Amino acid sequence: MESEKIVHIIFAVIDETNAELPADWQIEKSKDAILFGNGGKLDSLGIVNFIVAVEDRVLEELGILITLADEQAMSQRNSPFRTVSSLSTYIAELMGRES
Amino acid sequence: MDQKPGPVTLITGTRKGIGRYLAEYYVALGHQVIGCSRGPQDYSHPAYNHFRVDVTDENQTVAMFAKIRVLHGGLDNLINNAGVASMNHSLLTPMKAVWGVLDTNVAGTFLVCREAVKLMRKRGAGRIVNFVTAAVPLNLEGEAIYVASKAAVASLTRVLARELGNYKITVNAVGPTPIQTDLIRGVPTEKLDALVSRQAIRRYGEFRDVSNVIDFFISPQSDFITGQIIYLGGADVR
Repeated sequence: MESEKIVHIIFAVIDETNAELPADWQIEKSKDAILFGNGGKLDSLGIVNFIVAVEDRVLEELGILITLADEQAMSQRNSPFRTVSSLSTYIAELMGRES
Repeated sequence: MDQKPGPVTLITGTRKGIGRYLAEYYVALGHQVIGCSRGPQDYSHPAYNHFRVDVTDENQTVAMFAKIRVLHGGLDNLINNAGVASMNHSLLTPMKAVWGVLDTNVAGTFLVCREAVKLMRKRGAGRIVNFVTAAVPLNLEGEAIYVASKAAVASLTRVLARELGNYKITVNAVGPTPIQTDLIRGVPTEKLDALVSRQAIRRYGEFRDVSNVIDFFISPQSDFITGQIIYLGGADVR
């Protein structure tokens, strides 16, 4: 249930982000959509905005303060920011640690 | 007729000295002021909210911003005044003092900037004013760690200015000369006089000199002014 809420939040941020992106450069709203890295639609500044927007929405909608951008996460070979699915799993993990 | 609420302004280190003055000053100008300090605050006003926060503590600082978000929904101005000094010859400076100064002045300034930007970006604008010191361009002996920490804040200010330009957030800094506050209470008068004598304008600073520069930086018309450091008294004029 919680993971559905998280995916819903990520999709909402994709909507916000797509509004700023060109029509031929939209992020797909699917769990497999690549956000960052090879094949992703976000550049380095784009991923910063995306991460902060997700943190904002998690706080607003779930009332939980999380910091997504820890040093390890940014440098991991399999970055949690790679796809919607990996980001959602990472957020759920962080929320588990917080509670 | 309802008045539009004034800008939301966070000032760190408001318990005493310049911070306390700035809190009262911006309340008087109609800002909704949020202040914070490690200790309790004896100033109260309907337009002033105080948080007891140590800006070197990430959890406390992040929690304060969560409350600001609820109370005000965003932030217009950040005045990053909180700072500590250690004035001693480098050979007489213990590492505990070194870490304490770097923690508050560099890490604390960075942390508060980082969290403030998260609130400012929602408004599509913001003003950050950091505090450096005239002792930086004067390379003042006897203040090695304090000066180094403020030089780091000057660099931080310029890098953040570049990083945050896209968000229409400006980042600038003011560098006061000695002002008669607790920060310099333990410094011998002859040392302070020697410092003042190296300024282009040889007098002690006043609180109003500092608020004058901040007024300029946070003015809505200053949306094209970023990455700038203004030293009072011509301390950086060679």
